[in-house]
Amino acid sequence: MSTSPKITVATTWLDGCSGCHMSFLDMDERLIELVQQVDIVYSPLVDTKTLPDHVDVGILEGSVSSEDDLEKALTFRKHCKILVSLGDCAVNGNVPAMRNHFKLSDVVDRAYRDTVTIQPQTPTQGVPALLAVVKPIHGVVGVDVFVPGCPPSADAIWYVLSELIAGRIPDPSAVTRFGA
Amino acid sequence: MPPPAKQPNVRVVTLNIDGRDLSAREDETIIEVCRENQIPIPSLCYLEGLSVWGACRLCLVELAGQGRLLAACSTRVTEGMRIQTNTEKLQRYRRTIVELLFAERNHVCSVCVSNGHCELQYLAQKCGVDHVRVPYRQASYPVDSSHEMFRLDHDRCILCTRCVRVCDEIEGAHTWDVMGRGTECRVITDMAQPWGESDTCTSCGKCVQVCPTGALVKQGTSVGEMVKDQHFLPILARRRHAQ
Repeated sequence: MSTSPKITVATTWLDGCSGCHMSFLDMDERLIELVQQVDIVYSPLVDTKTLPDHVDVGILEGSVSSEDDLEKALTFRKHCKILVSLGDCAVNGNVPAMRNHFKLSDVVDRAYRDTVTIQPQTPTQGVPALLAVVKPIHGVVGVDVFVPGCPPSADAIWYVLSELIAGRIPDPSAVTRFGA
Repeated sequence: MPPPAKQPNVRVVTLNIDGRDLSAREDETIIEVCRENQIPIPSLCYLEGLSVWGACRLCLVELAGQGRLLAACSTRVTEGMRIQTNTEKLQRYRRTIVELLFAERNHVCSVCVSNGHCELQYLAQKCGVDHVRVPYRQASYPVDSSHEMFRLDHDRCILCTRCVRVCDEIEGAHTWDVMGRGTECRVITDMAQPWGESDTCTSCGKCVQVCPTGALVKQGTSVGEMVKDQHFLPILARRRHAQ
């Protein structure tokens, strides 16, 4: 058991496929080692419902595509000392940003009207409004560490977290790339 | 610049690259000398066997006593040159150039047929491009799938013109050319007709093999399946220049 104080980590997903979080879980037995060094204080992987006021490392997966995504990105930036963009969607928009070539109304119609045969209707209640342009995280808030990859491998995530735990800012270029 | 014709009797010059004293034929370019001596210089438009284009600017180097930077592909060596190939300034410029290429069109590596075999993607990693600092242009470009064997995706094109040069200089067909300016600039087949309707294309596929990205690919390839093979080029180029 490590004697040094644990660092706190929060994660969430915005407009992504959750594959980066799956890759996170893919660290397998290293997760045991990880929980001895970090406290995961907020994440889709744990039960906590609110983000604490002060978090050491915030990890965001997915791009900023809706008002809810924007809100989450702003909240994470506000409460996290170091903000990590995890995966291509967070880093460069990736697949979610491919809709940027089309008008938002055309995209919504395509999904909810053109291809629907029974009661076509656009959902408005209980879902966040989509933004006109999908942006990477650093398009709306400052980001400290970029981890490209679709998804970044478990080894790449392990490297990044190990460096952050050791108090260093990692340079993931050696271990991952766009589309990796 | 025409393909460099190697003369039988040329002088040998001595020069210094990154602190190493080297000798080279005076009809060689800086990039040729660097490649011979395993000094890595990134490039996208330069390809051994094709004429020099000098467009991508990734091979820029610093020459002592010169205020401006020189493209290593289009600068011949001279006696006493002192060259730096990897200064902080050059690294910064190269990174910016690669970022601008990513921002200009639509390079979505994760869903590209060339994923894992792409020179632009490789250079991005080499140059430390872990994100793009400028806003993406988000402009839409067409895809030409009219050819029965090959496909052209302008979204992935970086306008290196390797396809234009290999088609003209090696295949001798000159099916490819360049049209338009600025963001409208694009490679075209014949008189901007669909590739499948081209009268001059011999379907040899050389353009596909030399394309550094996923702009020119084989039909029927899926993500990551488009592996390119450029081994034919130096051999054919030597035979052509020997004629």
